[in-house]
Amino acid sequence: MIDFLMEPWQHAFMQRALLMCLASGVVCGIVGTHVVLRGMAFIGDAVAHAVFPGVAIAFALHLNLALGGAVAGVATAVLIAVLSQNRRLKEDAVIGVFFAAAFALGIVVLSATPGYGGSLESFLFGQILGISDQDVRTVLVAGTALLAATAFLHRRLVAVALDRETARAAGHHLFALDIALYTMVTLAIVVSLQAVGNILVLALLITPAAAARLLTDRLGLMMLLAPAIAAFSAVSGLYLSYAYNLAAGGLIVLVVTVIFLLCWVFAPKHGLVRRLAMRARHV
Amino acid sequence: MIDAQGVRVELAGRTVLEDVRLVVAPGELVGLIGPNGAGKTTLLRAVLGLLPVSAGRITVGGRGPRQAMGTVGYVPQRHEFAWDYPISVEKAVRSALAHRRFTASHRAVAEEALSQVDMLALRGRPIGELSGGQRQRVLVARALALRPRVLLLDEPFTGLDTPTQQALTDLLTKLRREDVAVLMTTHDLPAARQVCTRLCLLNRTVIADGPPDELTDPQVWLKAFGVPI
Repeated sequence: MIDFLMEPWQHAFMQRALLMCLASGVVCGIVGTHVVLRGMAFIGDAVAHAVFPGVAIAFALHLNLALGGAVAGVATAVLIAVLSQNRRLKEDAVIGVFFAAAFALGIVVLSATPGYGGSLESFLFGQILGISDQDVRTVLVAGTALLAATAFLHRRLVAVALDRETARAAGHHLFALDIALYTMVTLAIVVSLQAVGNILVLALLITPAAAARLLTDRLGLMMLLAPAIAAFSAVSGLYLSYAYNLAAGGLIVLVVTVIFLLCWVFAPKHGLVRRLAMRARHV
Repeated sequence: MIDAQGVRVELAGRTVLEDVRLVVAPGELVGLIGPNGAGKTTLLRAVLGLLPVSAGRITVGGRGPRQAMGTVGYVPQRHEFAWDYPISVEKAVRSALAHRRFTASHRAVAEEALSQVDMLALRGRPIGELSGGQRQRVLVARALALRPRVLLLDEPFTGLDTPTQQALTDLLTKLRREDVAVLMTTHDLPAARQVCTRLCLLNRTVIADGPPDELTDPQVWLKAFGVPI
């Protein structure tokens, strides 16, 4: 049994994939906690789409794909933050405008670039088994930097999430903190692109944090549970993908979705079973 | 401590406050009274440095509002706060100090603020499980954690039951005796008359300003509340 479970990890490509999954899971779980608590899942979606034209342009110009994606993602995040300062337009409308436009730009750039087919597919759906040592190193360094930034800004991000007005009165720079958070979301997404691909990356950001929120009312615990759930899902999905020869990105997302549904039904305080039991007691 | 002279504030090109004169000295507890849209919250926000003043000037403890930022205690309306955030009472209070450099004393300061509002026993409870009165006390504790010399409260009495209102009244009176300058907006006239040393009737500008017992002329109340005479 142990041998059977351990067998896949003897291959170098699976070891690289494992590291990539763990790193993506931890980073997305932690950053995703802030995203879920601020109710900005839509921003994650926008940035994920915005990364696409950056990757496409980098591909056309033979530049680093991850860097291209990160630049485009951050640029879009800043644009959203600036335009949503105008209170006449709600944030979601601004985001709706930009993420479709960004994706459209990516498609046009790629259609003008010969030989894009394979890269597009691996970009959209992940390429966890085809990564290099260099990819792993980049992700580990970026991930560590991202976690350090999250830890550094933690207290301020909490104060702003609790009450923007009072935080502003206390002298917090809300605009700078918003940009910092958007940038962190972008980097988490870029880091995780190779594991699950552009379309599914949002699931790794949102679902583990949402599941963790159902399990606890403590931020500290949530920030441990979310990355644990994300990393566990990523590694299990990877394993299942090896065992049954199915798409890794899709399996990772399905595993994390099953965990979310289990939390939704069985969570100790906020789960469906518990809520029904409470209601039955009150009747 | 708060000194506003000839203050005009415009929001989106509309003049919300005009020629407002208001002084709140240490040890005073001033109630801002007026109808909805009179500019009460706008005045608080201008004192906090969140809104620019287009004429006149405001000083807080001798400094401009933006220089005084982070030293003024502010208790927002209860619905402004993210009560669904997964955090305990104590951590919520400590987060009010996030703009200051972290020191071990934050813990003691938060505990002191919680004991002032009689919430120490509930410090470990998630904020989402608190009642309305307990939530109000958490917001007051967050403001007190700054150890402010100036305290602003926006509608603190709204929706509180009588015992909680009494406890808040006692606390505000105690702070006033400790020479804190307190300014609060309220729609609750009986509570305001009981707790405030002065009432300021505001409707775009200051209509009347004096101790509750002296504001007996019905004309000024009619004028403040915009009732045609």
